[in-house]
Amino acid sequence: MTDERLRAAVASGVAGSESDYRALLQSVVEVARAIFAARASSVLLLDEARDELVFEAVAGEGSDSLVGQRMPSGTGIAGWVLVTRQSIVVEDVERDTRFARDLASSTGYVPKGLMAVPLLHEEQALGVLEVLDRPQRAGFSLAEMDLLGLFANQAAIALDLLQRARRAERVLVGEEADIEIVARLAATLDRLEGERRAAGVQLLVHLEHLLGDRP
Amino acid sequence: MGTGADELMPAWSLRAGAADQIALPYEWPERVTREWAWGGSTGAGVRVCILDSGVESGHALVGPVEEAVAVTGSADALEVVEDAEGDLCGHGTACAGIVRALAPDCSISSVRVLGAGYTGSGPVLLAGLRWAIERGFDVINMSLSTTKSQLASVLHELADSAYFRRTVVVASAHNMPVESYPWRFASVISVGSHEEPDARTFFYNPSPPVEFFARGVDVEVAWLGGGSMRCTGNSFATPHLSGICAAILGKHRGLTPFALKNVLYLTATNVGGET
Repeated sequence: MTDERLRAAVASGVAGSESDYRALLQSVVEVARAIFAARASSVLLLDEARDELVFEAVAGEGSDSLVGQRMPSGTGIAGWVLVTRQSIVVEDVERDTRFARDLASSTGYVPKGLMAVPLLHEEQALGVLEVLDRPQRAGFSLAEMDLLGLFANQAAIALDLLQRARRAERVLVGEEADIEIVARLAATLDRLEGERRAAGVQLLVHLEHLLGDRP
Repeated sequence: MGTGADELMPAWSLRAGAADQIALPYEWPERVTREWAWGGSTGAGVRVCILDSGVESGHALVGPVEEAVAVTGSADALEVVEDAEGDLCGHGTACAGIVRALAPDCSISSVRVLGAGYTGSGPVLLAGLRWAIERGFDVINMSLSTTKSQLASVLHELADSAYFRRTVVVASAHNMPVESYPWRFASVISVGSHEEPDARTFFYNPSPPVEFFARGVDVEVAWLGGGSMRCTGNSFATPHLSGICAAILGKHRGLTPFALKNVLYLTATNVGGET
């Protein structure tokens, strides 16, 4: 067991789990949907190994069916946004039946309009945030675009954390899966407070002495 | 007016008595107006390249597409081939339509650099841009950017090479606080959005890196299947400025990107341009 693996195990114990970050992403799409009074909002994550976009979190329409669905990373509006790193707002989608049909396959229904923004973290384009069918107004404002950009930043950070959690998990599920006990111990210790925590630390020090060759 | 690109030759210094050889017979007016800059111009004779998702041929708002190619293959063996697939998303068609509206008689060509997926999109973008520069287009519309820093230096070289070859690269800026390219380079014309409804209203930004703001909100654009769509984004502001560049170059063929940017500055709505 290397120090690096041990550290990864401990880190994954005290840091959030995949379900924590999923909850964070879900919260991002719920809030994005609420702020824009939209019919649906979703986060698509890029799966680089398969070069596909995967629905990671969906609020509103499609929330019960879209999570986990995949599409090629270079097609459609989401693909264009991902590859070009540019935000886009498209209205009156139903005017073009072919486009609407294509879009329906990636949203679960035919939206009237959509906003899509790339999720950028450092150099990486991690995915795309979409907001579908906000109420039609006379005109779109750049302020809304800026607001969407702010949300995208938050979603990108959540996506980055989710990917880190998954990487740490993969380390643990390697051949030395028994190292998971260290992660669970670290997580348990992290939750303890006061005397119980002090006692826990003392117990672990004794255990270290017992198992190891420290004096 | 001016010398053609084929007459250009590298000059590293200027010998005594040689100034006559580089005399440039520009006749600049006392005041550069929009009428002087593009009045009566249809963009005829100007070649514009749309580097994007492809362009739908035969679209009424786009008109004829002179040449359509796509960059395909793996990263170490990319090739530029005739594009039989057209537009895979609708965006390239939208950009072409905007340019066509502002410069009705310009020549429009398409280089498709999208559609192959995210992985490998960087090398495809570089190959497409290199091809377009070597092809000698007058204007290259790039409603896209990359965040990969390892591509930045090559993109920078390409942008500079275009600048000295009299190819104007017009590129979309980002409205998010991220490092992305090529719009940040001084040798390209970078474009963000304003909210005005007029296609020829554009502003010079005295606080770059974004140098110009053009119409990018609620724009009626050409879309797939011969249709149209109402769209918002910097990627639609960019072809507005590309179209204006094409109109200017149609009237003043000899302008270098340096001189063209000056004309844009002098005719910007917030500088000297009457709307």
